Amino acid sequence: MAHRLSSPARRIDRARALHFTFDGALYRGFAGDTLASALMGADRMLMGRSFKYHRPRGPVTPGQDEPNALVGLGQGGRFEPNQRATATPLHEGLTAISQNRWPSLDHDLGAINARLSRFLPAGFYYKMFMWPASFWEKVYEPFIRRSAGLGKPPEGADADRYEHLYYHCDLAVVGGGIAGLSAALQAGRAGKRVLLMEQDTLWGGRSVTDGALDRATFDGQAPGDRVAAMVSELEDMPNVTLRLNLQGSGVYDHGYLTAFERVSDHAPGADAPRHRLWRIRAGHIVTATGALERPLAFAGNDLPGVMLASAVRDFVTDYAVTPGRRVVVMTTNDDAYRTALALHGAGVTVPAVVDTRAEAAGELPQRVRALGIEILTGSGIVAEGRGRVERVRVCDVTGDGTGGRSIACDAVAMSGGWSPVPHLWSHCGGKLTWDETHAFFAPDPEHPPTGADGKGMVSAVGAAAGDLTLEGLRQGADTRCAEEPPRPTWILPEGAGPKLRAKMFLDYQNDVKVSDIQLAAQEGFVSVEHAKRYTTLGMATDQGKLSNINGLAVLSHALGESIPAVGTTTFRPPYVPISMGSVAGEARGDIFQPLRRSPLHEWHEDHGADWEPVGHWRRPYCYRNAGEDRETSVIREIGNVRGNVGLLDASTLGKIVVKGPDAGRFMDLLYTNMMSSLAPGRCRYGLMCNEQGFLMDDGVVARLSEDTFLCHTTTGGADHVHAHMEEWLQTEWWDLKVYAANVTEQWAQIAVVGPNARKLLDRLGGMDLSPEAMPFMAWAEGELFGIPARVFRISFSGELSYEVAVPANRGLALWTALMEAGADMGVMPYGTEALHVLRAEKGFIMIGDETDGTVIPQDLGLGWAVSRKKEDFIGKRGQARAHMTDPYRWRLVGLETLDGGVLPDGAYAALEGTNENGQRLTEGRVTSTYYSPTLKRGIALGLVLNGPDRMGDVLEFPGTDGTVHAARIVDPVVYDKEGSRQDV
Amino acid sequence: MSDATPLSGAHHEGFVTVSEDAPHAMIQLRADLSDPAVAAAVRSAIGAEVPQPLCIASGDRGRVAWMTPDELLLFPDHDDAVRDIGQALQDRHHLVLAVSDMRCCIRLDGPAVREVLAKVVPVDAFALEAGTFRRTRLAQVSSAVWLSGPETAHILCFRSVARYAFDVLSVASRQGGEIGLVPAFPGTS
Repeated sequence: MAHRLSSPARRIDRARALHFTFDGALYRGFAGDTLASALMGADRMLMGRSFKYHRPRGPVTPGQDEPNALVGLGQGGRFEPNQRATATPLHEGLTAISQNRWPSLDHDLGAINARLSRFLPAGFYYKMFMWPASFWEKVYEPFIRRSAGLGKPPEGADADRYEHLYYHCDLAVVGGGIAGLSAALQAGRAGKRVLLMEQDTLWGGRSVTDGALDRATFDGQAPGDRVAAMVSELEDMPNVTLRLNLQGSGVYDHGYLTAFERVSDHAPGADAPRHRLWRIRAGHIVTATGALERPLAFAGNDLPGVMLASAVRDFVTDYAVTPGRRVVVMTTNDDAYRTALALHGAGVTVPAVVDTRAEAAGELPQRVRALGIEILTGSGIVAEGRGRVERVRVCDVTGDGTGGRSIACDAVAMSGGWSPVPHLWSHCGGKLTWDETHAFFAPDPEHPPTGADGKGMVSAVGAAAGDLTLEGLRQGADTRCAEEPPRPTWILPEGAGPKLRAKMFLDYQNDVKVSDIQLAAQEGFVSVEHAKRYTTLGMATDQGKLSNINGLAVLSHALGESIPAVGTTTFRPPYVPISMGSVAGEARGDIFQPLRRSPLHEWHEDHGADWEPVGHWRRPYCYRNAGEDRETSVIREIGNVRGNVGLLDASTLGKIVVKGPDAGRFMDLLYTNMMSSLAPGRCRYGLMCNEQGFLMDDGVVARLSEDTFLCHTTTGGADHVHAHMEEWLQTEWWDLKVYAANVTEQWAQIAVVGPNARKLLDRLGGMDLSPEAMPFMAWAEGELFGIPARVFRISFSGELSYEVAVPANRGLALWTALMEAGADMGVMPYGTEALHVLRAEKGFIMIGDETDGTVIPQDLGLGWAVSRKKEDFIGKRGQARAHMTDPYRWRLVGLETLDGGVLPDGAYAALEGTNENGQRLTEGRVTSTYYSPTLKRGIALGLVLNGPDRMGDVLEFPGTDGTVHAARIVDPVVYDKEGSRQDV
Repeated sequence: MSDATPLSGAHHEGFVTVSEDAPHAMIQLRADLSDPAVAAAVRSAIGAEVPQPLCIASGDRGRVAWMTPDELLLFPDHDDAVRDIGQALQDRHHLVLAVSDMRCCIRLDGPAVREVLAKVVPVDAFALEAGTFRRTRLAQVSSAVWLSGPETAHILCFRSVARYAFDVLSVASRQGGEIGLVPAFPGTS
């Protein structure tokens, strides 16, 4: 059984006990334990169940690459599924639950799938659930969803906060083993700015554990002392930053590296960010990411108790826990003999080391042999037991796995050799090369990922570079154990029949077996990327860290190809899954997105504003008085504007100043109509098209002086129009002497609208706003209520209307002055919906309603605003194209329902018959539709084929609810067509 | 004064203090920055030379920051700058506008201001020198940042997103979010 040893361990503090629960049961571990080591210390080897067959599984690794020991951690807003118990530091009060089991981890009904496994081969779902289609939703999908899957998604909002960190350095070193420390020291001594990160909680990597077993020394120092000295020297360098718990996550173009930091996972509820995502710009990246040991594919290799050999010795030396009392070592190489030494040293019985090689004559095997441990060469094993390893059967490595001697044991330490960790090297295009001697893929230094200068931006060092010799693994080691070459063995025993092959697991998490890969090859999935997706090999949360090479080897054997000819699948970031929260960073809740606030935002908020998003702005849709719904508010606001006076916050409208000796010329090129003829002190409505001739934006232009214009744009168009101007000025018309400045936010702009508008403004005093002094479409500068102001006499409602612009910080003062001065008159604010209805009653178009990027001014009856005299303007050529001059275009009309109702927005006018796609033929669509309280019926604008020529025609608009709305084509202007109300 | 500043003087205490800076006059000037007449106008208005790219210069009458190859942002200590510059450059193609209300100034104070900046601004906050003026991005909005001393950073953002910027900086500076990188680099403070 698994248990805690009394031997020394470098990570745990036995004086500090920690308490935690797993599936509700209380356990005890020590400070420094991981969840996995603490559970093993309590003989809890079964930690999870597999994805497909629900097979009982225990940990295989001691760290980040763990495929099996996945648990749900935390509770409520801090619950997170699929967390690796082997990489979860224990903390007091930790709560963990097992996954993918029902009713309990020990008794799981889903395990029936395992008995059915011969009916669930690779591609089963693809083959089985093809027919009938109607079964998919009701039968197949619910079945698959119930039986497959890992952890449950968390419910409710995440309780924690997250953040990003932008970091810049000359050199980022990923991995704090000896190789990484050496690289950081070298660069640090050269004065470079260095970031050294290590995903573990300790520095030194494998060198500390393995070096001690080898009794190796570095420059005369024991491995641990050597690491401490290197770290100490680095810590004294002001140009070097060292960071533990920081994991290199992804490498992207141009030296962009992401790294994932666990900040407060160990203290749930602490007032600190939980995770921090580092977004690093590095001049160069060094991957010192070490190597991962490969499992062996023998029958029964997924029984709890079967672990990687390095994992066993790490658990023993780091945490003083052993997976069993009798541990058999199964190996293809010398390295695993270190595990036998570690176990023996801690007092654990090693009944035998089984070695696939014909001879085990290296220094490490000799040391093991000298301890009296039996070494069985030329052999493989079959592991047997129910829910746990109980014995291994030793068989001939080249045989079929029958017969052989049985050895009782409760754990197996396996080693199929090591593979460099190439992920970060490969993320951005670094190529790998096959090392025949050591049987692994390693970074090809001739083909690194390249940076902007065409040179390699990533270098791999140490074991990550494939330098798995002891000299490489422990650079500078002056005592070393010479290792004999391994015997790459992909299936154990090599002659195993179908029955055994169906018990050899390659990908533990996704239950992909040797037999599945072979079946995929037989069925023609010869590309490794196809075989991966067909069998799901390497597609689980561990992304095939353990299964990759073994799977490739089995596939290549089945195809009769060499391993390098088959190649690897693609390595993609992140290296291990990182929290979604860390990706989002601070962007959640109130700061999920920037909210743009007008200078009057708070006032609106305090006065019942019912908000509407307009781009990133929020504008009041209406202001709801007590007891009002939206509709009644809007009707009240419209009535007040038509009959009295209303205030609109128009601050969000774009305001762009265009100035220079060539400003008039530029304005003529920018707008479709003539702007250079506008007199200072006057305003003119203008249209702006894109190069294709489509209407892009509209607004009123005021000429501020001979060489200066002020362009009003739509709310959403301000930034775009300014960028449009700059682009033309900088790339095409760089010879024009013109400056454009977006001053939208400098001004608060308030529209004072209605027959009593002048009366109200006169109460504030300071400017002559009489029709004589300021006729319609004039503007003037002055002071209102003691506030410097520009007053534009323009109207988007058809009423007497003034738009008053004052510096943004004075906007609230003006607004409140207007509200107070007009209180007895019944002045009230109105929102965007009232604005829309008011303009629709006047037939005024709205960019985004009547336009959608395919509409030209001529479609909207705005041909009068498209100059025929001007030599050129943006869009002129476009509008000359055949499609634009087509007489059969959809054009703007008013639509009046026969029953007075409101047409559904976006509805199409349908014709009999269908087009070649089987869709109903149409001849028009509704672009704006409202209830008009002024006319007490529905009003609408629409684009209709030859519309203006068909006044009086009745069209049919089918709704989505089966009803058909009949509407008559009418003039778009349904209120005060003469414009007498605005010109008083 | 009846002016309503964008943040009404907001203040947040974290491991770094975030506060709305006192309102300051701001002037946008676009002109040929290599023109000696422009340099003279700036010198006269601010008492400083035209700053180098990515820099902010101080004079005895205010500060001036480099915005683009043909744009400066002036922070005069007096009210006459728009008029004076306009007069000085009246025979030259230029644009000078009072834009004091368009942007909001936020100030960070504390030994770890660089850590807070580094969380939300993609520039190299740890190498940012006093006198450098960087137009950049603060979380999701455009902004400019500069340091006036080793423990004081200034952030300039548009008025409409002042609350967003302030809230982002407040979260970034909350206790418990210290990174431990300051002091880290010689010559930067």
